Amino acid sequence: MKEFKGRVIAPGYFKGEAVVSRQGVNTLATFQKSALKNAEEVLVSDQNNPDIYEKNITGKALCLPITIGSTTGGLVIQTVCSMGINPACFLFSEHIDSLAASGIVLARIWEDSNVIAIDMLGKEFLETVQTGDILEVKEDGTVAIL
Amino acid sequence: MYEPKMKLTAEQRDILAGKQGEIKAKIMETIVMFGDIFEAPRLVPVTHHDGHLVTSFGIGLLKPLFKTMDRLNEADIKALGKFTVDPRPLDFENVKVNLLERLVFSKILYSQQKRYEEQLLKAGLRDEKAFTCACYLDEVGNIPQYGDVLSWAESSAVVYANSVLGARCNRNSGMLDLFGSIIGFVPEFGFITDEGRKSSWKVIIKTTRTPEAQILGSAIGMKVMEDVPYIIGLDKFIGTELDENTRGYLKDFGAATASNGAVGLYHIDNLTPEAKKLGHSLIKEDAKEYVIDDEELERVYHSYPIMWKKKEKEGNLVFIGCPHLTFKQINDWTDKIVAGLKETGRKKVKVRTIMTTAPDVLTKFKKTPKYEELLSTGVKVSSICPLMYTNNPLTKVRRIMTSSNKLRTYSIARYYKDLEILNYLVGKAVN
Repeated sequence: MKEFKGRVIAPGYFKGEAVVSRQGVNTLATFQKSALKNAEEVLVSDQNNPDIYEKNITGKALCLPITIGSTTGGLVIQTVCSMGINPACFLFSEHIDSLAASGIVLARIWEDSNVIAIDMLGKEFLETVQTGDILEVKEDGTVAIL
Repeated sequence: MYEPKMKLTAEQRDILAGKQGEIKAKIMETIVMFGDIFEAPRLVPVTHHDGHLVTSFGIGLLKPLFKTMDRLNEADIKALGKFTVDPRPLDFENVKVNLLERLVFSKILYSQQKRYEEQLLKAGLRDEKAFTCACYLDEVGNIPQYGDVLSWAESSAVVYANSVLGARCNRNSGMLDLFGSIIGFVPEFGFITDEGRKSSWKVIIKTTRTPEAQILGSAIGMKVMEDVPYIIGLDKFIGTELDENTRGYLKDFGAATASNGAVGLYHIDNLTPEAKKLGHSLIKEDAKEYVIDDEELERVYHSYPIMWKKKEKEGNLVFIGCPHLTFKQINDWTDKIVAGLKETGRKKVKVRTIMTTAPDVLTKFKKTPKYEELLSTGVKVSSICPLMYTNNPLTKVRRIMTSSNKLRTYSIARYYKDLEILNYLVGKAVN
């Protein structure tokens, strides 16, 4: 077991599977197709991100450096949280970017979402964690790869 | 009640505590919590009250947006000033679509357009012509002053306001742009602060001719990502005054830095206002260096993937004007196309072509003889957002050509240099 400690943006407890993107996650491109279809799960639709393309990220721990892309990004995160098809947690290796931060805040305040977000987990975290690993995320920002 | 980490004034605390109603309290909570994430010490007043919003499209999937707008409208909450917003996604008159596309656009994709535009008007949208990504153009008139603090989104408008006008605005997300315009405060961090406006990259231009704005912006964006570049040597080509030509160049350059990377502010030595005022003191001591020559620009240009399904075929639709063209740019394009067609003996452009500009620019352009001249070449002029148009599975079968690096980035359109597009349209060899 390996543990990492990050900063808590939105607290919560989670135990479950990781899906890992080593590159920035384009929020709109990732969620758009599933959200438009009113799907029950998000299958990543961003063809430019081979790490997570076509993977199911609903209810999982999305491990990423930051989000990138359109400034609608925050609204998109809020939307998938309101639909209940969001990743259960966003685990950022770097400082959270302004678009993802907006999305997490909008989701927590306006949608009463329980989405979890931890940032600044460090480069080593993203180099270590693999898609399919089981993670335990604690309220204090500790992330353990079990 | 959320316990803020930043210091709030008594007035701000009162709003947070709900003394101006539940909705305003939630708006304040959103802004404060967002600022706390970036360790903003306080909120600062928005000094340019006319906001600019990124979300102009009533795309069905953004249900929470329409719900929140309903709540704002019901509580009669408005922005402090009159805001502008990004371009509309549809213009069936000038951007023709087939029956199936019309159905998908109006009934599925942008099914909420009418409702959303009504919501925007109630919340303080300037008027029905306020739909453009280039709100800072003279004809549109949403022009902040040097040092103004803004609550804008739309990456190309934010980078222009920060860099060319010397205003102060972070790269906000949709919704946060409107919230800041309503509450009149934004968190003090990033580009709002002097320190956040310093450059951690020194970019040296060593090309032999004026770099193509869209490729130069792309190269810099991909290299520095969200950092602030200080660009040396570009004034040799584009001058030291912010005239019409330079402003058009910087609009396109900035949009490419923001979309190919995540640049929110750049300085150009001897040209942009802060670089003129503060010079090299804006460059951080440990700044990294990036040298750009002709070869580097060609490398970047040839690195763009071609996403068309049938790569060997020619394009069948051209979009020019993302971000929206300036009045000078649309006039220049008209002159070049007319002269080029005369040269090749053609009457019309080779392929369906749409130029996009702000509604207020289009109104002005329509009053000139050049408008009819341009239409006679077969070109259509619209105020649509090309990105929104291409943002559906049906248009993906088209082979769209564009000289916009932003459109290339967010769609499967293929990028061509301005001259290549011109040559193609008038029937000359592309290269």
